Amino acid sequence: MRIDSLEHRPGSGFRDDGRRAAPDASPDAPAVSARRICKAYGGTEVLRDIDLDVAPGETVCILGPSGSGKSTFLRCLNWLEEPSSGTVLLDGQPIGRLPGRDGRPRPMNARELAAARTRVSMVFQHFALWPHLTALGNVVEAPVHVLGRPRSEALAEGRRLLERVGLAERADAYPHTLSGGQKQRVAISRALAMRPKLLLFAEPTSALDPEMVGEVLAVMRDLARGGQTMIVVTHEMAFAREVADRIVFLDGGRVVETGTPDAFFTRPHTERAQRFLARYAR
Amino acid sequence: MSGIATVWSYRDAFLAGLGNTAALVGLALVLSLPLAALAAVLLVEASAPVRRLGREVVDLFRCVPFLLLAYVIYYGLPEIGLRLGAWWAGLVALVLYNGAYFTEILRAAALSLPREAVEAGRAYGFSRAQLYGRIVLPLVALDAGPVIGNQIVVMIKDTALLMVITVQELSFVANFVNARAFAPFAPFATALLLYWVLCLVAEAGVGLIARERRRRYG
Repeated sequence: MRIDSLEHRPGSGFRDDGRRAAPDASPDAPAVSARRICKAYGGTEVLRDIDLDVAPGETVCILGPSGSGKSTFLRCLNWLEEPSSGTVLLDGQPIGRLPGRDGRPRPMNARELAAARTRVSMVFQHFALWPHLTALGNVVEAPVHVLGRPRSEALAEGRRLLERVGLAERADAYPHTLSGGQKQRVAISRALAMRPKLLLFAEPTSALDPEMVGEVLAVMRDLARGGQTMIVVTHEMAFAREVADRIVFLDGGRVVETGTPDAFFTRPHTERAQRFLARYAR
Repeated sequence: MSGIATVWSYRDAFLAGLGNTAALVGLALVLSLPLAALAAVLLVEASAPVRRLGREVVDLFRCVPFLLLAYVIYYGLPEIGLRLGAWWAGLVALVLYNGAYFTEILRAAALSLPREAVEAGRAYGFSRAQLYGRIVLPLVALDAGPVIGNQIVVMIKDTALLMVITVQELSFVANFVNARAFAPFAPFATALLLYWVLCLVAEAGVGLIARERRRRYG
């Protein structure tokens, strides 16, 4: 597995001009390449033939009404949900299924899957912090025990990451003593500590009190501007419009419309997107 | 006063009895807790038929009177060629009986774990062993600690029943001294006091877990 040790270092990831390299300027493979993702529960089709490519450095916001499949799709990207069919490449490498000896795909074994998952970090709607560990403990847990990074190094980086999200002084606090916004910022630090190629956000502000949404979105905005590759499932329309490079609009388990935020929010060309925006935006 | 003098003159016997009781409890814990953890993992992870069978076995040991279980192991098993000394038979009875309770306690705690904490572990690339070792087990230990402690107190008291299969534990010694000296009060009161001390030790241990839990969960 490749861990790019230079990327996402605190300090090096941020640029002040608020712009980022054009997505197609990178010679790398797409950070994500999902092809024909289908998911059915019993007879119910939740995802139908979804394709998505995300270039390194790009921020994609996935929008759509509740039940449109956007969260399920996001969970397919790190194989927390197993798609019924379709392939996902992370940074050019498969997750979930590998080519078998007979040419047909075979499921990854537990070790292969765990290794593939270290390339992508996820921030959950309900934080999903480990309640028995301090904020700093949460941040260093996976780098030390999954990636095998030296503890002292991980601790130093963990403190820097907590500082970056404005929580340096809460490093030794247990999650139950933190507010929702603080928990989510710890969760973002935990995600960054893996130095992931790709960061997935599953409705990161939906469980927050309104006055705490801003602090979390501010951190995410900084990350996007710093060139972190992100896929964000959200209902925060203003955030999506401001921060996303591209909007993907899902409805009924299909990609209904995709485009720049400007195009999507000012001139949506499908009727479903127009109806959605009339209901949710502003 | 003569009662106290009697107890004092048998102090070596009392200490030996206390030692036996403590050793039985300690060893039974060392054996039954890991066994129960393993069984609980099996009861959570295994396929449905294995799970069902496992739960029946656990229920079997949980639902028989401890005294009869000890009888069967000490007096019954020799009939099928399995002869254990009283002390070891007592230990086996303690391990099986309390192991079943511990299994149920741990299984229940594992089922009420915050699902998302485990899912986050999977998402961050933990292996199954790491998931259990670093997330599930610590959370379950914190969660089930007080209940386990309660069961340990029950277990300490259950060891007294082992005197009927001639294990020379604390109650056995008290009974022995009573029979020798024809003075029931002091020996039995001494035994009660010593059981109480053992339980205090166990509860101090539980207190540590409970304090840790409060610190971490509020």
